[in-house]
Amino acid sequence: MATDTAHDDHAHHTPTGWRRWLLSTNHKDIGTLYLVFAIFAGFVGGAVSMGMRIELAEPGMQFFPWIAEYIQGADDPVDAGKHLFNVFTTAHGLIMVFFMVMPALIGGFGNWFVPLMIGAPDMAFPRMNNISFWMVPPAMLLLVISMFMDGPSGFTGTGGGWTIYPPLSTSGQPGPAMDFAIFALHMAGAASILGAINIITTIFNMRAPGMTIHKMPLFVWSMLVTAFLLLLSMPVLAGAITMLLTDRNFGTAFFDPSGGGDPILFQHLFWFFGHPEVYIMILPAFGIVSQVVATFSKKAVFGYMAMAYAMSAIGFVGFVVWAHHMYTVGMDVDTQAYFVFATMVIAVPTGVKIFSWIATMWGGSVEFKTPMLWAVGFIFVFTVGGVTGVVLANAAADRIMHDTYYVVAHFHYVLSLGAVFGIFCGWYYWFPKMSGYMYSENIGRIHFIVTMIGVNLLFFPQHFLGLAGMPRRYVDYPDVYAGWNMVSSIGAYISYGAAIIFIYGVWKAFKDKVPAGNNPWGEYADTLEWTLTSPPPFHQFNTLPKIK
Amino acid sequence: MSDEKNHDYHLVNPSPWPILTAWGVFAMAATFIFFMHEMGSGLFPIIALVIVCILSFFWWSDITDEGETQGHHTPVVQLHFRYGMFMFLLSEVMFFVAWFWAYFDAALFPNELIQELRVEYTGGVWPPLSVLTFDAWDLPFINTLVLLLSGFAVTWAHHALIHNDRKTVIAGLSGAVILGVLFTILQAIEYSHAAFGIADGLYPSTFYLATGFHGFHVIIGTIFLFVILVRTIKGHFKPDHHFGFEAAAWYWHFVDVIWIFLFIFIYVLGAGDPATMPAPTH
Repeated sequence: MATDTAHDDHAHHTPTGWRRWLLSTNHKDIGTLYLVFAIFAGFVGGAVSMGMRIELAEPGMQFFPWIAEYIQGADDPVDAGKHLFNVFTTAHGLIMVFFMVMPALIGGFGNWFVPLMIGAPDMAFPRMNNISFWMVPPAMLLLVISMFMDGPSGFTGTGGGWTIYPPLSTSGQPGPAMDFAIFALHMAGAASILGAINIITTIFNMRAPGMTIHKMPLFVWSMLVTAFLLLLSMPVLAGAITMLLTDRNFGTAFFDPSGGGDPILFQHLFWFFGHPEVYIMILPAFGIVSQVVATFSKKAVFGYMAMAYAMSAIGFVGFVVWAHHMYTVGMDVDTQAYFVFATMVIAVPTGVKIFSWIATMWGGSVEFKTPMLWAVGFIFVFTVGGVTGVVLANAAADRIMHDTYYVVAHFHYVLSLGAVFGIFCGWYYWFPKMSGYMYSENIGRIHFIVTMIGVNLLFFPQHFLGLAGMPRRYVDYPDVYAGWNMVSSIGAYISYGAAIIFIYGVWKAFKDKVPAGNNPWGEYADTLEWTLTSPPPFHQFNTLPKIK
Repeated sequence: MSDEKNHDYHLVNPSPWPILTAWGVFAMAATFIFFMHEMGSGLFPIIALVIVCILSFFWWSDITDEGETQGHHTPVVQLHFRYGMFMFLLSEVMFFVAWFWAYFDAALFPNELIQELRVEYTGGVWPPLSVLTFDAWDLPFINTLVLLLSGFAVTWAHHALIHNDRKTVIAGLSGAVILGVLFTILQAIEYSHAAFGIADGLYPSTFYLATGFHGFHVIIGTIFLFVILVRTIKGHFKPDHHFGFEAAAWYWHFVDVIWIFLFIFIYVLGAGDPATMPAPTH
């Protein structure tokens, strides 16, 4: 029996061509599929946001009525254009959250580097790993189809925002578009749950001999906490959107006051998922930045245990703060006071992390290679987003800022900047390992600098707009907001240009084929992936490494 | 590093089932939406469902072969399955948290001044005055006994399997499957006697979706146990290596526990005045 098995391994374990990519059971190939998909989805989601910034560059309505008239052929281009803006807002949010950030960080880097860093030959469930990936493109296709189906009567597409609150997502949009969006979330959510089960099992059960839980690299810690957040929060979203589905199609009254229901219930259920979700998007970036800061400061990371348990604490407290998204719905004042306090508590473990990254650099021999630039950039932009988060945590202050561009600026600083800087940080750090080729340091630096200028120009003025009272999710605004909106749009164009520089850099790296060597970063890149060849063999660690 | 595999993990061969199943699910979702909006026949989602079931069958029979005949399921791989199944059940628990959340949101707060329309619907009490609830100590109680007895039968079969007494395993599993089917039939009878339809407001919404999703899990669990029964008859499982059996048993006990919560909180504590309940259903 044992010899049969060995024979099987040799005969089938190095598939080629379409079989290798479509039928894969290899964590590195599946990770690559996730990364390629995330880059594609990032460009789609980015293009959608460009549409919004073109519209918002100047007061009045110019771009969306034009699209509605000449591309959609709408009878009433102005009203159709207004709805189309909402469709774009919704698509941008859902695509970026579910089809760009999560696939890149969890599916891409998680798949690639969790097994490599813990000294495992593959994930625990290699075949299930593949359905985790393959559920994602059909899910995105459902979302894209939704943009072309009937939404509210007379208009096409889903325009409820990524939070799909009822009644706008129930009686407000009776057409099939919203049902397509709901099933897109169902599919993406199921994929995430399966992926989370895989990651947790792999980390608990496949660590190399001697790698105790307190010797795991911090990136693996971050993925463990992330996977638990996914496992426990995604099913609640599944329940909530199923209620939405039955309210829409089968006459139930969960969110319909006329039958005794309550739309606020949806907000509770949604944010019980939604708040852990924002940590799901940022924790893997924390893990990547921890690896990169230590490597390029030529020091061990400062406060390893504090870093690991700060992430666990953020994950735990992240489950009991959800209603800070809902201060204005008419909650009891004592309840609001609790959520203010609990939310503020999160700043403590987050502060531990920022402190420890800076303490790692302190006295280190810091080398500003491209990944380190992104890591330092991450610490800056994430801190900006973090402190505006503490401001917004106050229920009283939130009365004024709720649903203004201040909130938009806040969560783009932590996600669009924070999580995305984490993705690029991981990309440049691990690209030599994944491809075997060195990227161009010059292009990497230019990519970073242009992105840094672009995104700050894009989002910093939105703080001013929000404080001045500009509400989010509107296609038009009074002339008084014109100046900073123009600045913001110019920043958006620069950011999209930076994404094209990124693609150019990737293309150039594959064209120039400069060999990276097993470990281009030196002795402080001391996790197990750097002991392997670049790219690693199809199956690594046939003999498990021993950790001292 | 040598090319020979020198560890006990299972490196699975490439498989067509994941990608096909994923697109099968896509077809199910899309055709179901068209059906709901009367843009397509209800036959299409059923065909897609059948395709997904067939693909799942092939997928699981691959797993069974790998374990039973190819010897890939080493002790560490069996431990993977334990972790995996436990985590899956944890996610299932959170799914039911959503339905209980909706239920308690209504049942504990039927009389908040701020929710005028809800007070109008409930009459300020739970269950709402307009709703004739079931008598918990009638069919629902019998169903509780049926499900608990079924869980008992599974445990009985499990002990017999550990002692390699195959006849008793088959008897116990058959009993569990029959009781599982009986539960589903009784639940269908109960639904058909309900004094409320699904579209009659908040009480039926929470009642039908919470008990309905539980019933759906009972059907899945019954199929799972039936597959295990067939595998036992075919001679699968050993006294010290039978995780497929244990997974089915875990799942079945999970379904049991959810029912206990439903019975206590929805049927017993959520019952109305006995005088106004519908006539006995048997």
